[in-house]
This record gives sequence, structure tokens and C-alpha cells, in this order.
Amino acid sequence: MYDTTRPETAVSQQDTKISARNVQVYYGEKQAIKDVNVEILDKTVTAFIGPSGCGKSTFLRCINRMNDTIDIARIEGEIRLDGEDVYDRRVDPVQLRAKVGMVFQKPNPFPKSIYDNVAYGPRIHGLSRNKADLDGIVEKALRGAALWNEVKDRLHEPGTGLSGGQQQRLCIARAVATAPEVLLMDEPCSALDPIATSQVEELIDQLREQFSVVIVTHSMQQAARVSQKTAFFHLGNLVEYGDTDDIFTKPQDSRTEAYISGRIG
Amino acid sequence: MTDLPLSQPGAARTDKAGSLLAQDARIKSRNAAEKRFRTYGATAIGIAVLALVVLLVTIIGNGAGAFRQSYLTLPVTLDAELIDPEGNRDPTEMSQILTLSYGRVLDQAVQDAISAQNIQIEGLVEDDIRGLISREASSQVRNRVLEDPELVGQTVEFNVLAGGRIDGYFKNRVTMESAERDGNTSPAQLMLADALKERGMLVTRFNWNFLTNPDASDQRPEAAGVGVAILGSLYMMLVVLVLAVPIGVAASIYLEEFAPKNRLTDIIEVNISNLAAVPSIVFGILGLAAFINFAGLPQSAPIVGGLVLTLMTLPTIIISTRAALKAVPPSIRDAALGVGASKMQSVFHHVLPLAMPGILTGTIIGLAQALGETAPLLLIGMVAFVTEYPDPLPQGLFDPASALPVQVYNWTQRSDPAFFERASGAIIILLIFLLCMNLLAIYLRRKFERRW
Repeated sequence: MYDTTRPETAVSQQDTKISARNVQVYYGEKQAIKDVNVEILDKTVTAFIGPSGCGKSTFLRCINRMNDTIDIARIEGEIRLDGEDVYDRRVDPVQLRAKVGMVFQKPNPFPKSIYDNVAYGPRIHGLSRNKADLDGIVEKALRGAALWNEVKDRLHEPGTGLSGGQQQRLCIARAVATAPEVLLMDEPCSALDPIATSQVEELIDQLREQFSVVIVTHSMQQAARVSQKTAFFHLGNLVEYGDTDDIFTKPQDSRTEAYISGRIG
Repeated sequence: MTDLPLSQPGAARTDKAGSLLAQDARIKSRNAAEKRFRTYGATAIGIAVLALVVLLVTIIGNGAGAFRQSYLTLPVTLDAELIDPEGNRDPTEMSQILTLSYGRVLDQAVQDAISAQNIQIEGLVEDDIRGLISREASSQVRNRVLEDPELVGQTVEFNVLAGGRIDGYFKNRVTMESAERDGNTSPAQLMLADALKERGMLVTRFNWNFLTNPDASDQRPEAAGVGVAILGSLYMMLVVLVLAVPIGVAASIYLEEFAPKNRLTDIIEVNISNLAAVPSIVFGILGLAAFINFAGLPQSAPIVGGLVLTLMTLPTIIISTRAALKAVPPSIRDAALGVGASKMQSVFHHVLPLAMPGILTGTIIGLAQALGETAPLLLIGMVAFVTEYPDPLPQGLFDPASALPVQVYNWTQRSDPAFFERASGAIIILLIFLLCMNLLAIYLRRKFERRW
């Protein structure tokens, strides 16, 4: 699964899901993102890599407008999801976030039962008509997050009682349950041990079949393993963006080369 | 270690370097410092515990007597001559007769009892007989007769309050020695009381009336109770609960979760913290000016007391609620927003339930503070002498009432030592209320506490 037999050719035929044009982000006076342009493809895993503080998480959070919650953050430029600007005044960020799910760095299940964790999104968006419907959605989401077999007998136990890796997969199931079109993952494995990490990575590869996945990661090995496209950020700039294999084997920019060879970062 | 400038010269250290059993001077002084600190801490705790024990023992020692009361059971001949001179048994006519006449009826009843029981005590004078029974008793008998005029002329058994000095005698507050110096009692009267007790006519038993009676005048401490004060305090707590909790919690949720962070909210925040530090009597002046003088609400009314205490409690509730909201990890908010919950949904579905234990604790502590507050209530007239129960809600909010801490204050101002006992008794009741509220806070915190 992580070898080089990835369907490279298929990638180039994908449609553009998200396109960013001249995106600038300021935190107060400080500019965190400088003029980023990028096309993110549908049904593809795109990895954002770069040293700490390079703006990759900031950019990720712009896509589903999570930066709206930060008072001092200011965003310029446009980010289009299926051709519609997500920063258009008419866009309700709540509706946007139902389409663009997010998984965070630290597993953050709600202090509720496993079932309620997954069912929360479908409930507030009115995705189910009755209990059986909702049960179906929860099961599908948990299966989708490769967690069903482990938790099917204890759906009504607290989600916080699971192990770290299970919690993170529960969070993925929670994000998947609202049937998003894009899944944003902000360093989803940084709090996990190697076994849990490989489970989540396997999962990411399966999720690609349904929707576009954007993953921020500190680990270059992880980017190489799970993604088809990679974007390298440095000091708020998008330095290089291309097929993952190309970025890691023949980087065009000297900074990219320095980073992947471990000289900066 | 040896190259640290502060350590001992290398030669000295190498001598001891081999042995773990010998402590060097630095270790010794370090251990001594730790030991000293532990001693300070233990002493501080000890002083606090001692103070608490002394406080409780004193209050319970002084106040326990308020919960027991001496009663005299007497056959009373309701002499028609005295209480219904017209002989018509007409309640409106009979209500012209004041308690004075009933006092004579009672004096006669005591006289009769003394001769019937064949009690002979030297130096017993008429005043002693009169003082045996509380002045409250004549109005008790009068009320009973006005209710049922047919009783006139009959001999009815009454259970009446013994006088304050007699009651004090059975609680060791009054002794034979003090009675000699006391104009209100005499050794002869106390001996009469002893004789009646021997014959089972005078008993000291649990005093429910202390919990249900209203306040009584200076001459009748034995009839005074905290009924009106408890009711007044409950009414005020109700007002505080209904106003302060929703306003306080809503204000903190808005400030913490929704309000933009700018100069205006900063000023509001600072002012809320300042309000929490304002002396409570200032709130009393504010209440007097705003609610009584300006808004024209009645004096001594629980509604005004409740409003003043609401103002006083709001900062406490807001500060503790905001602290509880702040303590909810931001990852929970992110998680809710990330699945497409609106700001409001994330707050009400996730943040608020997690903050609930803290909010409840803060609220109950605020309420407990309000329950024990005296100073602001003095200024809005809650210190008035109120012997009538306020009406049931909601009318009662506008009737004069007292409050527990004010009642305590009030009683400590009176000369009769029996009122001091009552004041301590009222403090015990107040402490029991506060204890119950704190237990409730602990229970609710346990119940709502969830791990994440």
C-alpha cells in the first residue's frame, strides 16, 4: 500500500476540488501566509509539509474557516471550493464546515458515548430521519474509520475511554459521519504511537476513494507514505507543490531539498 | 558538583564523598528548612481548626438553649366577668377586651393551681405569680377564646409559655443568686417553678415555635422565633436565584464565548472584577437610592433585599462562571465547530455541560454569600421589627419581612440575655442552611463532573 505502485496516472485526471488564489493571512500585524496559490485535487491525498511555524496549519484552517474563531486573524485572497469562494459574504461557515470536515492534532472526542460522538454531526445537520437511519450512519462512519469491530459492543461507553489511536479514529469517524467532501487533517498522528499511526495512515489511504484529503504533517516519511501530492511551506510561502514522488526525489527548489534532506526544519 | 562556585572546597568534599550516611551541611540546612516549613503549615492548619472548633462549640453552647423551651400546662377558668362582661358571647364585642383582662384570668389560674397542688412557698408575691407565665400567654388565650366564644365560663387546659426568667432557670442562665439581684424574678418564683416542675405541670421540651414564630418584643424573648426571618431569607434567595443566575450565566457566556475582545469588553471585565470587591454596604446604599427612593418599592420587602443581593452576587457568579468556561479545553470547541456545529451549538451542547460543575459551585457559593449578608439589608429597612408573616408568593415579596442574619444582628442588640441565646440559635440555623448549600454544591459537582 505504501510502495510505489500508487496509481500515479489516475491523479492527473482528477478534478480540482479546492483552488486558492493569492491567499494572505495576517495575525494582527504579523503575516503568517504570503500569497499562496494552490490547486487541491478531488479524491487525492495532499500533504502539507514544512518546518514548525511555516504556516501549513494556518493555511489548512483557512480552508474550512476555522480561523474565523481567532479574533486577530485576517484573510485576503480567495479560496474556492468547487468554484465557490468560501469567504464570500453569503457563505455560512457552519454550512461550509459540514462539507469540509476536520480532524485535529490531539484526539478530541466529546466527553460523551462513542455513539453520540459519531451521531452528533448527523444529528445537528438533520441527516437522519429516524433512529435506524442514524444507527446506519454511525455504523458506516465507524466502519469507514476502521473502528467498528473494536467498539461495536460498547457503543454507549464514553469515547474518552478509548486508547489514543482509537480516539483519533473516532474523531475521523465523527468527521466522516457528516458526509464531507473534503477532510482536513492537522497532524492527525503526532500524538499517536507507531502502531496507531500506521492504522490511521491506512485509513487515510482508504478515505481517498471517497473524498479529497488534506493532511498537515511534520513527518516527511508520512507525507511520502500517504500522499499523492505534496506542498512544501516555508516561512509562510508555498515553496513547492507537486507530485509527492517528484518533491521527494527531484525537488525543484533548494529550500525544499534542504528540508527533505534534513538541513533545515 | 565540585566545580560549582558555591560548594565547599574540593578537599573537604572528597573526605565525605565516599559515605552516603553522613549528611553535609547543605543537605542538613535544606532538610531543616523543609522541616520548618512543614511545621509552619501544620501550625497554621492547627490554628484554623482550633478557631473553628472554638467557634462551633461557643455557638452551639450558647444557641442550643434556643431549641428548648419551658411550657406550663394549666387549667384556666375563663371567667365571664372578666372577658365577656356583656355576656353576649359576641366575638366583635369580646374583641374590645384587651389582653390585660386575660392576664388577670391567667394570674388567677396560677393562683388556683398553687392552692390545688398545695404548694407553699415563703415570700411569694403577686408579681412572682404574674412573671411565671410569658406575656405571650394572654394573647394566646385571648385568640383561642375569640375563635370559640363558647369556651367562656368553662375551665380549659392551656399549654402556655413559661416566662423568660423561668425558662432561663431551667437552662442554667438564671440562678438563685442572680435572681436575688434581678428585679424581674426572685428566688421564691424559682422555687415555685421547681415545685410546678416536680408536679409535672412545667416541662421543658423541644421548641418548634423557635422555627415558626415571628420576632417578639423586648419583654417576651421566650416567644421570639425565626419564622419570618427564614421566610424572608427564602424569598430573597428565590429572587436572587431567579435574577442573578440567568443574568450572571448569560453575561459570562456572552463575554467569554461570543463578545469580541476589544477595549469595551476589557473595561466591562475590569469593572466586573472591581464590583466583586465593593463592600456590601455600598450595594445597600445603592439599593436604597435606586429601588426604594427612585423606583418606590416598599421598605423592608424581600423583593428589594433580593434585588440588592442580586447586584452583590452577580460579579461572583460571573467571575466563577467565566473561570469554569475558560477551563473547558479549546479542543472541545474546535471539535464541535469542526463537525459543523454553530457557535451557539458548540457552547450549549459541549462547553456548557463541561463547565456545569464549576458554574453550579460558583452559583451556590454566591447564593450562600448572599444568604449570610447583613450590611446591605440594614440600609433597606430589613432590620425592622416584623411580627407578621409575609403573604405567600408572589404578594409576599412586597410585604415586610426580616432575614436570618439581620435577625441575629437585631437580637444581639437587645438587653435581655435570653435574646443572646436566640441569636446564637439563629446562627445555628443559618450555619445549617449554609452547610446544606455547600453539600448541594459538592453533590452537584460530583454528579456533573465528566472527564475528557
